[in-house]
Amino acid sequence: MKKTSKLSRDGAVWGLVMVAPTIIGLLVLNIWPFIETIYMSFSKSKAFGTFEFNGLDNYIEMFQSTEFWKATWNSIYFCILTVPVGVFLALLVAVLLNAKLKGRTAFRAIFFLPMVVAPAAVAMVWKWIFNTEYGIINSILGHNVRWLTNPAIVLITCAIVAIWSAIGYDAVLLLSGIQNISASLYEAASLDGATKVQQFFHITLPMVSPTLFVVLIMRLMSSLKVYDLIYMMVDQSNPALTSAQSLMYLFYRESFVAGNKGYASAIVIWTVLLIGIVTLLQFAGQKKWVNYEV
Amino acid sequence: MRTQTSNTLNKTLTYVALILGSVVMIFPFIWMLLTSFKTQAESMAVPPQLLPSQWNLDNYVTALASLPFVNLYVNTALLIVFRVLCAVIFSSMAGYAFAKLDFPFKKALFTIVLVQMMLPSQIFIIPQYLMLARMGLTNTIFALVFPGLVSAFGTFFLRQTYLGIPGEIAEAAYLDGCNKWQTFTRVMFPLTGSSMAALAIFTAVFAYSDLMWPLICNIDLNMMTLSAGLSTLNGQYTTNFPVLMAGSLLAMIPMVILYLIFQKQFIQGIAMTGGK
Repeated sequence: MKKTSKLSRDGAVWGLVMVAPTIIGLLVLNIWPFIETIYMSFSKSKAFGTFEFNGLDNYIEMFQSTEFWKATWNSIYFCILTVPVGVFLALLVAVLLNAKLKGRTAFRAIFFLPMVVAPAAVAMVWKWIFNTEYGIINSILGHNVRWLTNPAIVLITCAIVAIWSAIGYDAVLLLSGIQNISASLYEAASLDGATKVQQFFHITLPMVSPTLFVVLIMRLMSSLKVYDLIYMMVDQSNPALTSAQSLMYLFYRESFVAGNKGYASAIVIWTVLLIGIVTLLQFAGQKKWVNYEV
Repeated sequence: MRTQTSNTLNKTLTYVALILGSVVMIFPFIWMLLTSFKTQAESMAVPPQLLPSQWNLDNYVTALASLPFVNLYVNTALLIVFRVLCAVIFSSMAGYAFAKLDFPFKKALFTIVLVQMMLPSQIFIIPQYLMLARMGLTNTIFALVFPGLVSAFGTFFLRQTYLGIPGEIAEAAYLDGCNKWQTFTRVMFPLTGSSMAALAIFTAVFAYSDLMWPLICNIDLNMMTLSAGLSTLNGQYTTNFPVLMAGSLLAMIPMVILYLIFQKQFIQGIAMTGGK
């Protein structure tokens, strides 16, 4: 009896000691800053990092700003452009990589490559490829399409690069989901005369749906807060800036270029709410198509 | 007979699709490499010139002269090393405690971990920057590491790993006279090697590609990371693409070499930590 109480007291002390660095770090680096950001979104930033409470002014200014609504739309539009096509292509690549082929490790390595290249370098080469006057794509097309300066196209160009960058990462995740599917299901199906396409729709797709759901959520969240790629592809002097500027790009410019930290905080709070709403919608919708049985 | 031909057909189609895809994935890097050896005039030739007429290194010399690459490599390496060490050590300790020990406020404290994981990092960034500025620590290596001193994701991920280790192992160690700390360091911690490797790779890849925080915290060119440095090169040589390509290649080469050597571990690591 005495021994167990010593044992559990020992555990309590060691438990607190062992979580202390992480918990203190999270409180200082994340929880307190989170509260500060909420407060700052109701304040005006003054000199020397001080803030003065100004109620809903930032939010009122934000909701009246066309630039803000445009950035919100750009972020949502970027999701619409990248997520369905990107996840579909990743699933296709994963299925192809799952076939028993020579060289599949090499193929997998190639598709995954953009993941280990900094987005800054990725953006640089694509800017060159999409260059209006001298880019290789326009040379092949024989047309001077203004890929990065035409407001109607610029976000599509960024979306193409984003899909290209993420395809290998998503495919690796989906592939590990596909590899967990029991081979006996496919054997039974081929004995029954099911074609590969039928097997895909009746076995692979339902069985991989939980992984697909995770990839989808992750991709949605990261697309809604896209920043680095667009920042590198569309610099701040680009005439098409407002047509490409995402919420996080606007946040960066307001907080660290213009110095409106209060207003920028309101933008980031709005973005978090937007991500939250989209994620909730996804979780509500998942019951219709995600298969958690087996 | 029919299935055999359809099998061969399937295989051929799969190969064709994979090869086409690979070309699309590889082409930008090849184009980057070829452009980096061309003169500016050659890069702008109409019709486009595929190969440089001379393989000269002038653009690399220009890129190396425009950016303090040695500093950028060192800064990026230190950022990665410290973030990985912090993530692995602190997350292992916390992950073990959350999985295997009973202590007061355990649920509430774990909620803090979950809350951090759900919020995007940008929501912390202004206060983190102001904190750093007040301490007078901008333009330092510490500034680069700062937001990654602890890892909520790492804690969550390693907790999952420790939950999967049977409790009997810890009990046996305890009966052998280990205290809780020794049980952790000598028995449990060494069992999580593959998870720690996965977390290390995950942390390294994301620390390396992060752009917003390094751009904000260190504006001194000598204290920048490779990503941030590249973005300044972008502003400096807006139209000199051969130099930009040479600079980009210099920035991506170390990580690509590491990836080619540890390819299996990279992909496994990402598959294990996947769906963050």
